[in-house]
Amino acid sequence: MAMPRYTLTLWRIMVFIAALAPLGWWSYQVAINAAGPEPGRYLLLNIGQGILWMLLLTLSLTPLTKLTRWKGFTLIRRQLGLWTLAYAVLHLFCYAVFILGLDLSRLGSEIVRRPYIIVGMLALAGLIVMGVTSNKWSMRKLGKRWKTLHKIVYLVLGLGLLHFLWVVRADLEQWSLYAAVGALLMILRIPPIARQLPKFRQLIKRPHRAHA
Amino acid sequence: MLIKIAKPGDLRESDVTPESVYLSRRRFMGGVIGVGAGLALAGRAQAAASDYQDVPAGNPPDWFGPKLENAEWDSVVPADPKLDKLTPFEDATHYNNFYEFGTGKSDPARNADSLETQPWSVVIDGEVNNGGRFALEDIVKPSRLQERIYRLRCVEAWSMVIPWLGIPLGDVIQRAEPTSKAKYVKFETLVAPQQMPGQNSSFALIDWPYTEGLRMDEAMHPLAILGLGMYGRELPNQNGAPFRLIVPWKYGFKSIKSIVRISLVEQQPVNSWQAIAPNEYGFYANVNPQVDHPRWSQATERRLPNSLFNPNIIDTRMFNGYADEVASLYQGMDLRKNF
Repeated sequence: MAMPRYTLTLWRIMVFIAALAPLGWWSYQVAINAAGPEPGRYLLLNIGQGILWMLLLTLSLTPLTKLTRWKGFTLIRRQLGLWTLAYAVLHLFCYAVFILGLDLSRLGSEIVRRPYIIVGMLALAGLIVMGVTSNKWSMRKLGKRWKTLHKIVYLVLGLGLLHFLWVVRADLEQWSLYAAVGALLMILRIPPIARQLPKFRQLIKRPHRAHA
Repeated sequence: MLIKIAKPGDLRESDVTPESVYLSRRRFMGGVIGVGAGLALAGRAQAAASDYQDVPAGNPPDWFGPKLENAEWDSVVPADPKLDKLTPFEDATHYNNFYEFGTGKSDPARNADSLETQPWSVVIDGEVNNGGRFALEDIVKPSRLQERIYRLRCVEAWSMVIPWLGIPLGDVIQRAEPTSKAKYVKFETLVAPQQMPGQNSSFALIDWPYTEGLRMDEAMHPLAILGLGMYGRELPNQNGAPFRLIVPWKYGFKSIKSIVRISLVEQQPVNSWQAIAPNEYGFYANVNPQVDHPRWSQATERRLPNSLFNPNIIDTRMFNGYADEVASLYQGMDLRKNF
Protein backbone atom coordinates (compact mmCIF):
# COMPACT_ATOMS: atom_id res chain seq x y z
CA MET A 1 0.00 0.00 0.00
CA ALA A 2 1.77 3.12 -1.09
CA MET A 3 0.80 6.31 0.65
CA PRO A 4 1.99 9.86 0.27
CA ARG A 5 4.45 10.85 2.93
CA TYR A 6 2.23 13.60 4.36
CA THR A 7 -0.52 11.04 5.05
CA LEU A 8 1.89 9.06 7.19
CA THR A 9 3.04 12.21 8.95
CA LEU A 10 -0.58 13.10 9.62
CA TRP A 11 -1.16 9.57 10.94
CA ARG A 12 1.73 9.91 13.37
CA ILE A 13 0.46 13.26 14.60
CA MET A 14 -3.00 11.79 15.07
CA VAL A 15 -1.58 8.92 17.10
CA PHE A 16 0.34 11.43 19.21
CA ILE A 17 -2.82 13.43 19.92
CA ALA A 18 -4.83 10.28 20.65
CA ALA A 19 -2.23 9.09 23.15
CA LEU A 20 -2.14 12.48 24.85
CA ALA A 21 -5.92 12.85 24.95
CA PRO A 22 -6.63 10.60 27.96
CA LEU A 23 -4.19 12.59 30.10
CA GLY A 24 -5.98 15.76 29.06
CA TRP A 25 -9.37 14.26 29.81
CA TRP A 26 -8.37 13.04 33.29
CA SER A 27 -6.77 16.40 34.10
CA TYR A 28 -9.95 18.12 32.98
CA GLN A 29 -12.03 15.84 35.25
CA VAL A 30 -9.79 16.77 38.17
CA ALA A 31 -9.98 20.47 37.27
CA ILE A 32 -13.79 20.51 37.26
CA ASN A 33 -13.93 18.49 40.51
CA ALA A 34 -15.49 15.49 38.81
CA ALA A 35 -12.76 13.07 39.87
CA GLY A 36 -14.12 12.44 43.36
CA PRO A 37 -12.72 13.26 46.78
CA GLU A 38 -9.33 11.68 46.03
CA PRO A 39 -8.17 13.12 42.69
CA GLY A 40 -4.59 11.89 43.15
CA ARG A 41 -5.72 8.30 43.41
CA TYR A 42 -8.06 8.84 40.45
CA LEU A 43 -5.08 9.88 38.33
CA LEU A 44 -2.89 7.09 39.71
CA LEU A 45 -5.37 4.34 38.85
CA ASN A 46 -6.44 5.70 35.48
CA ILE A 47 -2.89 6.29 34.33
CA GLY A 48 -2.02 2.80 35.57
CA GLN A 49 -4.64 1.34 33.25
CA GLY A 50 -3.38 3.67 30.54
CA ILE A 51 0.04 1.99 30.77
CA LEU A 52 -1.52 -1.37 29.99
CA TRP A 53 -3.50 0.10 27.09
CA MET A 54 -0.36 1.62 25.61
CA LEU A 55 1.63 -1.56 26.12
CA LEU A 56 -1.03 -3.77 24.56
CA LEU A 57 -1.44 -1.37 21.64
CA THR A 58 2.32 -1.38 21.10
CA LEU A 59 2.34 -5.17 21.14
CA SER A 60 -0.53 -5.34 18.65
CA LEU A 61 1.47 -3.49 15.98
CA THR A 62 3.53 -6.47 14.83
CA PRO A 63 0.52 -8.77 14.29
CA LEU A 64 -1.35 -5.90 12.63
CA THR A 65 1.54 -5.26 10.27
CA LYS A 66 1.66 -8.93 9.36
CA LEU A 67 -2.05 -8.92 8.78
CA THR A 68 -2.23 -5.75 6.69
CA ARG A 69 1.33 -5.02 5.61
CA TRP A 70 0.54 -1.38 6.27
CA LYS A 71 3.69 0.58 6.99
CA GLY A 72 1.79 2.96 9.26
CA PHE A 73 1.68 0.45 12.10
CA THR A 74 5.44 0.01 12.11
CA LEU A 75 5.92 3.75 12.00
CA ILE A 76 4.19 4.34 15.34
CA ARG A 77 5.85 1.50 17.24
CA ARG A 78 8.55 3.62 18.84
CA GLN A 79 6.08 6.37 19.63
CA LEU A 80 3.66 4.05 21.42
CA GLY A 81 6.52 2.38 23.25
CA LEU A 82 7.66 5.75 24.52
CA TRP A 83 4.07 6.63 25.47
CA THR A 84 4.00 3.45 27.56
CA LEU A 85 7.13 4.64 29.35
CA ALA A 86 5.72 8.15 29.79
CA TYR A 87 2.51 6.79 31.35
CA ALA A 88 4.56 4.53 33.64
CA VAL A 89 6.71 7.43 34.83
CA LEU A 90 3.58 9.50 35.49
CA HIS A 91 2.06 6.55 37.38
CA LEU A 92 5.09 6.38 39.69
CA PHE A 93 5.01 10.17 40.05
CA CYS A 94 1.34 10.03 41.15
CA TYR A 95 2.15 7.31 43.67
CA ALA A 96 5.10 9.22 45.13
CA VAL A 97 3.31 12.57 45.30
CA PHE A 98 -0.35 11.79 45.94
CA ILE A 99 -0.15 8.58 47.95
CA LEU A 100 3.14 8.95 49.81
CA GLY A 101 3.02 12.75 49.99
CA LEU A 102 6.56 12.95 48.60
CA ASP A 103 7.95 11.27 51.69
CA LEU A 104 10.91 9.82 49.81
CA SER A 105 12.19 7.79 52.74
CA ARG A 106 8.84 6.02 52.69
CA LEU A 107 9.15 5.44 48.96
CA GLY A 108 12.42 3.64 49.65
CA SER A 109 10.97 1.47 52.40
CA GLU A 110 7.80 0.73 50.42
CA ILE A 111 9.78 -0.39 47.38
CA VAL A 112 11.75 -2.82 49.51
CA ARG A 113 8.79 -4.14 51.48
CA ARG A 114 5.89 -4.48 49.05
CA PRO A 115 6.20 -7.19 46.41
CA TYR A 116 3.70 -5.57 44.06
CA ILE A 117 5.68 -2.35 44.12
CA ILE A 118 8.95 -4.21 43.48
CA VAL A 119 7.30 -5.86 40.50
CA GLY A 120 6.00 -2.51 39.25
CA MET A 121 9.44 -0.93 39.60
CA LEU A 122 11.05 -3.82 37.69
CA ALA A 123 8.54 -3.33 34.88
CA LEU A 124 9.35 0.39 34.85
CA ALA A 125 13.09 -0.39 34.76
CA GLY A 126 12.46 -2.58 31.70
CA LEU A 127 10.56 0.24 30.00
CA ILE A 128 13.36 2.69 30.78
CA VAL A 129 15.98 0.37 29.28
CA MET A 130 13.91 0.11 26.10
CA GLY A 131 13.19 3.82 26.11
CA VAL A 132 16.82 4.95 26.28
CA THR A 133 17.82 2.46 23.56
CA SER A 134 14.97 3.41 21.26
CA ASN A 135 17.07 5.85 19.18
CA LYS A 136 18.85 5.13 15.89
CA TRP A 137 22.29 5.46 17.44
CA SER A 138 21.53 2.68 19.98
CA MET A 139 20.08 0.48 17.26
CA ARG A 140 23.27 0.80 15.21
CA LYS A 141 25.50 0.36 18.22
CA LEU A 142 23.67 -2.72 19.53
CA GLY A 143 23.15 -4.33 16.14
CA LYS A 144 21.60 -7.77 16.47
CA ARG A 145 21.52 -7.53 20.24
CA TRP A 146 19.00 -4.66 20.01
CA LYS A 147 16.21 -6.98 19.02
CA THR A 148 17.09 -9.42 21.78
CA LEU A 149 17.21 -6.61 24.32
CA HIS A 150 13.80 -5.33 23.32
CA LYS A 151 12.29 -8.75 23.88
CA ILE A 152 12.08 -7.66 27.54
CA VAL A 153 8.81 -6.04 26.51
CA TYR A 154 7.25 -9.49 27.03
CA LEU A 155 8.69 -9.59 30.54
CA VAL A 156 7.33 -6.08 31.15
CA LEU A 157 3.85 -7.24 30.11
CA GLY A 158 4.03 -10.16 32.54
CA LEU A 159 5.27 -7.99 35.38
CA GLY A 160 2.68 -5.32 34.65
CA LEU A 161 -0.17 -7.83 34.74
CA LEU A 162 1.19 -9.34 37.96
CA HIS A 163 1.43 -5.87 39.52
CA PHE A 164 -2.18 -5.19 38.56
CA LEU A 165 -3.35 -8.60 39.78
CA TRP A 166 -1.94 -7.87 43.24
CA VAL A 167 -3.80 -4.57 43.39
CA VAL A 168 -7.15 -6.14 42.52
CA ARG A 169 -9.09 -6.79 45.68
CA ALA A 170 -12.29 -8.58 44.90
CA ASP A 171 -13.24 -8.65 41.23
CA LEU A 172 -11.04 -10.08 38.52
CA GLU A 173 -13.19 -9.06 35.56
CA GLN A 174 -11.15 -6.09 34.41
CA TRP A 175 -7.85 -7.80 35.03
CA SER A 176 -9.00 -10.86 33.13
CA LEU A 177 -9.77 -8.72 30.09
CA TYR A 178 -6.29 -7.21 30.03
CA ALA A 179 -4.71 -10.61 30.62
CA ALA A 180 -6.78 -12.17 27.84
CA VAL A 181 -5.77 -9.50 25.31
CA GLY A 182 -2.14 -9.86 26.42
CA ALA A 183 -2.34 -13.63 26.04
CA LEU A 184 -3.88 -13.31 22.57
CA LEU A 185 -1.08 -11.00 21.44
CA MET A 186 1.47 -13.50 22.74
CA ILE A 187 -0.25 -16.38 20.98
CA LEU A 188 -0.11 -14.45 17.70
CA ARG A 189 3.67 -14.44 18.08
CA ILE A 190 4.06 -18.20 18.26
CA PRO A 191 5.90 -18.92 14.96
CA PRO A 192 3.41 -21.38 13.38
CA ILE A 193 0.54 -19.02 14.17
CA ALA A 194 2.47 -15.90 13.22
CA ARG A 195 3.14 -17.48 9.82
CA GLN A 196 -0.59 -17.80 9.21
CA LEU A 197 -1.24 -14.07 9.62
CA PRO A 198 -0.15 -13.03 6.09
CA LYS A 199 -2.41 -15.77 4.68
CA PHE A 200 -5.35 -14.12 6.41
CA ARG A 201 -4.47 -11.03 4.45
CA GLN A 202 -4.85 -13.00 1.24
CA LEU A 203 -8.24 -14.20 2.40
CA ILE A 204 -9.37 -10.68 3.11
CA LYS A 205 -8.05 -9.39 -0.18
CA ARG A 206 -9.39 -12.06 -2.51
CA PRO A 207 -13.04 -10.99 -2.53
CA HIS A 208 -11.95 -7.46 -3.45
CA ARG A 209 -10.09 -8.81 -6.43
CA ALA A 210 -13.10 -10.75 -7.54
CA HIS A 211 -15.06 -7.55 -7.66
CA ALA A 212 -12.40 -5.75 -9.62
CA MET B 1 -21.86 -14.07 81.28
CA LEU B 2 -19.59 -12.25 78.91
CA ILE B 3 -21.90 -9.34 78.41
CA LYS B 4 -20.39 -6.17 79.72
CA ILE B 5 -22.41 -3.02 79.62
CA ALA B 6 -20.20 0.02 79.76
CA LYS B 7 -21.28 3.07 81.68
CA PRO B 8 -22.44 6.10 79.71
CA GLY B 9 -19.39 7.84 81.16
CA ASP B 10 -17.23 5.81 78.84
CA LEU B 11 -18.05 8.12 75.96
CA ARG B 12 -15.14 10.31 76.80
CA GLU B 13 -14.76 12.12 73.52
CA SER B 14 -17.98 14.02 73.94
CA ASP B 15 -17.15 14.76 77.56
CA VAL B 16 -14.01 16.62 76.66
CA THR B 17 -15.66 18.66 73.92
CA PRO B 18 -15.66 22.26 75.13
CA GLU B 19 -19.18 23.55 75.62
CA SER B 20 -18.59 26.47 73.26
CA VAL B 21 -17.67 24.11 70.47
CA TYR B 22 -20.63 21.92 71.28
CA LEU B 23 -23.06 24.83 71.19
CA SER B 24 -21.62 26.39 68.07
CA ARG B 25 -22.00 23.28 66.01
CA ARG B 26 -24.20 24.21 63.15
CA ARG B 27 -27.16 21.96 63.08
CA PHE B 28 -29.93 21.15 60.73
CA MET B 29 -33.29 21.98 62.28
CA GLY B 30 -35.39 22.86 59.29
CA GLY B 31 -38.99 21.65 59.38
CA VAL B 32 -38.16 18.13 60.40
CA ILE B 33 -37.55 18.69 64.09
CA GLY B 34 -40.73 19.05 66.12
CA VAL B 35 -41.46 21.76 68.66
CA GLY B 36 -40.56 19.70 71.70
CA ALA B 37 -37.19 18.66 70.37
CA GLY B 38 -36.74 22.14 69.00
CA LEU B 39 -37.05 23.64 72.48
CA ALA B 40 -34.65 21.16 73.94
CA LEU B 41 -32.13 22.01 71.29
CA ALA B 42 -32.87 25.71 71.15
CA GLY B 43 -29.28 26.63 71.84
CA ARG B 44 -28.12 24.98 68.69
CA ALA B 45 -31.21 25.72 66.68
CA GLN B 46 -30.32 29.36 66.90
CA ALA B 47 -26.87 28.76 65.54
CA ALA B 48 -25.99 29.84 62.04
CA ALA B 49 -27.26 28.15 58.87
CA SER B 50 -27.22 24.42 59.15
CA ASP B 51 -24.58 21.88 58.17
CA TYR B 52 -27.16 19.72 56.55
CA GLN B 53 -29.15 22.29 54.63
CA ASP B 54 -27.41 21.29 51.41
CA VAL B 55 -28.05 17.61 52.01
CA PRO B 56 -30.69 16.38 49.57
CA ALA B 57 -33.82 15.03 51.18
CA GLY B 58 -34.27 11.28 50.94
CA ASN B 59 -37.34 9.12 50.81
CA PRO B 60 -37.55 7.83 54.38
CA PRO B 61 -40.16 5.34 55.58
CA ASP B 62 -43.04 6.87 57.58
CA TRP B 63 -41.67 5.72 60.92
CA PHE B 64 -38.34 7.46 60.37
CA GLY B 65 -39.65 11.04 60.76
CA PRO B 66 -40.79 10.66 64.38
CA LYS B 67 -37.52 8.89 65.25
CA LEU B 68 -35.60 11.80 63.76
CA GLU B 69 -37.66 14.37 65.68
CA ASN B 70 -36.72 12.69 68.90
CA ALA B 71 -33.06 12.14 68.01
CA GLU B 72 -30.27 12.94 70.41
CA TRP B 73 -27.99 15.18 68.36
CA ASP B 74 -24.24 15.28 68.89
CA SER B 75 -24.35 12.27 71.17
CA VAL B 76 -20.68 11.61 70.40
CA VAL B 77 -18.56 14.20 68.62
CA PRO B 78 -14.83 14.40 67.86
CA ALA B 79 -12.66 15.82 70.62
CA ASP B 80 -11.06 18.10 68.07
CA PRO B 81 -13.68 19.21 65.54
CA LYS B 82 -11.12 21.32 63.71
CA LEU B 83 -8.98 18.29 62.95
CA ASP B 84 -11.95 16.02 62.36
CA LYS B 85 -14.06 18.22 60.13
CA LEU B 86 -17.17 16.64 58.64
CA THR B 87 -16.62 15.13 55.22
CA PRO B 88 -18.98 16.78 52.70
CA PHE B 89 -22.14 14.72 52.08
CA GLU B 90 -21.36 14.57 48.37
CA ASP B 91 -18.02 12.84 49.02
CA ALA B 92 -19.35 10.53 51.71
CA THR B 93 -22.02 9.33 49.28
CA HIS B 94 -19.98 9.11 46.07
CA TYR B 95 -16.84 7.39 47.26
CA ASN B 96 -17.91 4.03 48.64
CA ASN B 97 -16.81 0.46 48.87
CA PHE B 98 -19.98 -1.57 48.50
CA TYR B 99 -19.02 -4.42 46.20
CA GLU B 100 -22.61 -5.59 45.84
CA PHE B 101 -22.96 -2.59 43.53
CA GLY B 102 -19.59 -2.78 41.78
CA THR B 103 -15.95 -2.54 42.75
CA GLY B 104 -15.33 1.06 41.64
CA LYS B 105 -15.64 3.80 44.25
CA SER B 106 -18.36 5.58 42.28
CA ASP B 107 -20.22 2.39 41.29
CA PRO B 108 -22.40 2.22 44.44
CA ALA B 109 -23.72 5.77 43.95
CA ARG B 110 -24.46 4.93 40.33
CA ASN B 111 -26.03 1.50 40.86
CA ALA B 112 -27.61 1.44 44.32
CA ASP B 113 -30.92 3.00 43.25
CA SER B 114 -32.16 -0.50 42.46
CA LEU B 115 -31.99 -1.53 46.13
CA GLU B 116 -35.44 -1.88 47.67
CA THR B 117 -35.23 -0.82 51.31
CA GLN B 118 -38.92 -0.58 52.21
CA PRO B 119 -40.18 -2.74 53.76
CA TRP B 120 -37.11 -4.23 55.39
CA SER B 121 -36.94 -7.06 57.85
CA VAL B 122 -34.08 -8.54 59.80
CA VAL B 123 -33.70 -12.05 61.14
CA ILE B 124 -32.23 -12.28 64.62
CA ASP B 125 -31.36 -15.86 65.40
CA GLY B 126 -28.86 -18.27 66.90
CA GLU B 127 -28.13 -18.31 70.62
CA VAL B 128 -31.02 -16.08 71.65
CA ASN B 129 -34.28 -16.59 73.55
CA ASN B 130 -36.10 -13.85 71.70
CA GLY B 131 -35.27 -14.43 68.06
CA GLY B 132 -37.27 -14.31 64.87
CA ARG B 133 -37.87 -12.13 61.88
CA PHE B 134 -38.55 -8.52 62.78
CA ALA B 135 -39.66 -5.51 60.79
CA LEU B 136 -36.88 -2.93 60.92
CA GLU B 137 -39.11 -0.36 62.61
CA ASP B 138 -39.83 -2.81 65.42
CA ILE B 139 -36.12 -3.35 66.02
CA VAL B 140 -35.55 0.39 66.17
CA LYS B 141 -38.72 1.37 68.03
CA PRO B 142 -37.56 0.99 71.66
CA SER B 143 -34.32 2.95 71.11
CA ARG B 144 -33.74 6.63 70.63
CA LEU B 145 -31.79 7.67 67.53
CA GLN B 146 -28.42 9.13 68.43
CA GLU B 147 -26.10 11.16 66.31
CA ARG B 148 -22.54 9.88 66.43
CA ILE B 149 -19.87 11.80 64.59
CA TYR B 150 -17.19 9.19 63.99
CA ARG B 151 -13.96 8.95 62.10
CA LEU B 152 -14.17 6.28 59.41
CA ARG B 153 -10.82 4.68 58.59
CA CYS B 154 -10.79 2.46 55.53
CA VAL B 155 -8.28 -0.38 55.39
CA GLU B 156 -7.15 1.21 52.11
CA ALA B 157 -5.58 4.05 54.13
CA TRP B 158 -8.10 6.79 53.48
CA SER B 159 -10.48 8.25 56.03
CA MET B 160 -13.54 10.46 56.44
CA VAL B 161 -15.58 11.94 59.30
CA ILE B 162 -19.25 11.00 59.14
CA PRO B 163 -22.22 12.15 61.26
CA TRP B 164 -24.16 8.91 61.66
CA LEU B 165 -27.60 8.40 63.14
CA GLY B 166 -28.08 5.09 64.83
CA ILE B 167 -28.97 3.06 67.87
CA PRO B 168 -26.60 1.17 70.17
CA LEU B 169 -25.97 -2.34 68.90
CA GLY B 170 -25.92 -3.49 72.51
CA ASP B 171 -29.59 -2.47 72.98
CA VAL B 172 -30.68 -4.66 70.09
CA ILE B 173 -28.62 -7.62 71.27
CA GLN B 174 -29.93 -7.33 74.81
CA ARG B 175 -33.51 -7.32 73.63
CA ALA B 176 -32.83 -10.57 71.78
CA GLU B 177 -31.86 -12.12 75.14
CA PRO B 178 -28.63 -13.93 74.27
CA THR B 179 -28.03 -17.29 75.89
CA SER B 180 -24.83 -18.07 77.76
CA LYS B 181 -23.51 -19.75 74.59
CA ALA B 182 -23.55 -16.50 72.63
CA LYS B 183 -19.90 -15.59 72.25
CA TYR B 184 -19.92 -13.81 68.88
CA VAL B 185 -22.29 -11.80 66.72
CA LYS B 186 -22.44 -12.58 63.03
CA PHE B 187 -23.95 -10.19 60.48
CA GLU B 188 -25.05 -10.79 56.90
CA THR B 189 -25.85 -8.44 54.04
CA LEU B 190 -28.80 -8.90 51.71
CA VAL B 191 -28.33 -11.26 48.77
CA ALA B 192 -30.46 -10.06 45.83
CA PRO B 193 -28.67 -10.26 42.49
CA GLN B 194 -31.58 -8.55 40.71
CA GLN B 195 -31.06 -5.50 42.91
CA MET B 196 -27.32 -5.82 43.44
CA PRO B 197 -25.49 -6.05 40.10
CA GLY B 198 -22.15 -6.82 41.75
CA GLN B 199 -23.55 -10.14 42.94
CA ASN B 200 -24.00 -11.16 39.30
CA SER B 201 -20.32 -10.83 38.47
CA SER B 202 -18.82 -14.22 37.84
CA PHE B 203 -15.38 -12.74 38.57
CA ALA B 204 -16.27 -11.63 42.10
CA LEU B 205 -14.12 -13.23 44.77
CA ILE B 206 -16.62 -12.59 47.57
CA ASP B 207 -18.77 -15.56 48.46
CA TRP B 208 -22.13 -13.80 49.04
CA PRO B 209 -23.63 -12.95 51.45
CA TYR B 210 -21.04 -10.49 52.68
CA THR B 211 -20.45 -11.56 56.26
CA GLU B 212 -18.96 -9.83 59.27
CA GLY B 213 -18.58 -10.59 62.93
CA LEU B 214 -17.79 -9.13 66.32
CA ARG B 215 -16.85 -10.63 69.64
CA MET B 216 -19.69 -10.27 72.15
CA ASP B 217 -17.91 -7.65 74.25
CA GLU B 218 -17.08 -5.64 71.13
CA ALA B 219 -20.70 -5.77 70.03
CA MET B 220 -21.89 -4.64 73.47
CA HIS B 221 -19.48 -1.70 73.53
CA PRO B 222 -21.42 1.59 73.55
CA LEU B 223 -19.44 2.97 70.59
CA ALA B 224 -20.73 0.18 68.34
CA ILE B 225 -23.99 1.25 66.71
CA LEU B 226 -26.47 0.09 64.13
CA GLY B 227 -26.77 2.96 61.68
CA LEU B 228 -30.02 4.13 60.09
CA GLY B 229 -29.07 7.57 58.90
CA MET B 230 -26.36 10.11 58.27
CA TYR B 231 -26.19 13.88 57.83
CA GLY B 232 -29.57 14.30 59.51
CA ARG B 233 -31.48 11.99 57.14
CA GLU B 234 -31.90 8.29 56.45
CA LEU B 235 -29.00 6.37 54.91
CA PRO B 236 -28.60 6.70 51.15
CA ASN B 237 -28.66 3.27 49.51
CA GLN B 238 -24.96 3.36 48.60
CA ASN B 239 -24.08 3.88 52.25
CA GLY B 240 -25.75 0.68 53.39
CA ALA B 241 -29.43 1.54 53.67
CA PRO B 242 -31.53 0.94 55.53
CA PHE B 243 -29.61 -0.70 58.36
CA ARG B 244 -25.87 -1.09 58.82
CA LEU B 245 -23.19 -1.58 61.41
CA ILE B 246 -20.73 1.13 62.48
CA VAL B 247 -17.70 0.14 64.56
CA PRO B 248 -15.50 3.23 64.52
CA TRP B 249 -12.33 1.70 65.98
CA LYS B 250 -12.13 -0.94 63.26
CA TYR B 251 -11.35 -0.69 59.57
CA GLY B 252 -14.38 0.25 57.50
CA PHE B 253 -14.98 -3.19 56.02
CA LYS B 254 -16.11 -4.41 59.46
CA SER B 255 -19.02 -1.97 59.32
CA ILE B 256 -21.24 -4.22 57.21
CA LYS B 257 -24.03 -2.64 55.16
CA SER B 258 -27.68 -3.44 54.39
CA ILE B 259 -27.96 -6.06 57.13
CA VAL B 260 -30.69 -8.72 56.89
CA ARG B 261 -29.46 -11.14 59.52
CA ILE B 262 -27.88 -10.92 62.95
CA SER B 263 -26.91 -14.24 64.49
CA LEU B 264 -25.58 -14.82 67.97
CA VAL B 265 -23.13 -17.68 67.69
CA GLU B 266 -20.71 -19.69 69.77
CA GLN B 267 -17.88 -19.97 67.24
CA GLN B 268 -15.90 -17.08 65.83
CA PRO B 269 -17.38 -16.33 62.40
CA VAL B 270 -15.19 -16.02 59.30
CA ASN B 271 -15.73 -12.57 57.82
CA SER B 272 -15.77 -12.16 54.03
CA TRP B 273 -12.42 -10.42 53.65
CA GLN B 274 -10.71 -12.89 55.92
CA ALA B 275 -12.10 -15.67 53.75
CA ILE B 276 -10.66 -14.07 50.60
CA ALA B 277 -7.22 -13.14 51.92
CA PRO B 278 -6.50 -14.38 55.45
CA ASN B 279 -2.95 -13.02 55.32
CA GLU B 280 -4.24 -9.51 54.61
CA TYR B 281 -7.46 -9.20 56.60
CA GLY B 282 -8.15 -10.60 60.02
CA PHE B 283 -11.20 -11.05 62.17
CA TYR B 284 -10.42 -8.15 64.50
CA ALA B 285 -9.32 -5.56 61.92
CA ASN B 286 -8.73 -2.97 64.62
CA VAL B 287 -7.23 0.24 63.26
CA ASN B 288 -3.56 -0.07 64.19
CA PRO B 289 -0.81 2.16 62.79
CA GLN B 290 1.85 -0.33 63.93
CA VAL B 291 0.57 -3.30 61.96
CA ASP B 292 0.87 -2.77 58.21
CA HIS B 293 -1.30 -4.28 55.57
CA PRO B 294 1.05 -6.56 53.59
CA ARG B 295 0.71 -4.24 50.59
CA TRP B 296 0.76 -0.82 52.23
CA SER B 297 1.59 0.99 55.41
CA GLN B 298 -1.17 1.72 57.91
CA ALA B 299 0.90 4.33 59.77
CA THR B 300 -0.78 7.22 57.98
CA GLU B 301 -4.05 7.91 56.21
CA ARG B 302 -5.32 10.30 53.58
CA ARG B 303 -8.14 12.34 55.06
CA LEU B 304 -10.69 12.98 52.34
CA PRO B 305 -11.48 15.04 50.46
CA ASN B 306 -7.94 15.90 49.50
CA SER B 307 -6.47 17.65 46.50
CA LEU B 308 -3.53 17.25 44.15
CA PHE B 309 -1.68 19.98 45.99
CA ASN B 310 -2.50 18.68 49.44
CA PRO B 311 -2.80 14.90 49.80
CA ASN B 312 -3.86 15.63 53.41
CA ILE B 313 -1.85 12.79 54.91
CA ILE B 314 -2.28 12.50 58.68
CA ASP B 315 -1.01 10.01 61.25
CA THR B 316 -3.32 7.10 61.91
CA ARG B 317 -4.16 6.71 65.60
CA MET B 318 -4.36 3.50 67.59
CA PHE B 319 -7.92 2.16 67.46
CA ASN B 320 -8.69 5.11 65.16
CA GLY B 321 -8.40 7.48 68.12
CA TYR B 322 -10.82 5.52 70.31
CA ALA B 323 -8.12 3.80 72.38
CA ASP B 324 -9.30 5.31 75.68
CA GLU B 325 -12.69 3.70 75.15
CA VAL B 326 -11.82 0.33 73.62
CA ALA B 327 -8.19 -0.60 74.38
CA SER B 328 -9.27 -2.51 77.49
CA LEU B 329 -11.18 -4.97 75.28
CA TYR B 330 -7.90 -6.24 73.91
CA GLN B 331 -5.75 -6.34 77.04
CA GLY B 332 -3.14 -9.05 76.89
CA MET B 333 -3.84 -9.82 73.24
CA ASP B 334 -1.07 -9.87 70.64
CA LEU B 335 -2.52 -7.40 68.15
CA ARG B 336 0.14 -8.31 65.62
CA LYS B 337 -1.16 -11.85 65.55
CA ASN B 338 -4.82 -10.90 65.97
CA PHE B 339 -4.78 -8.22 63.26
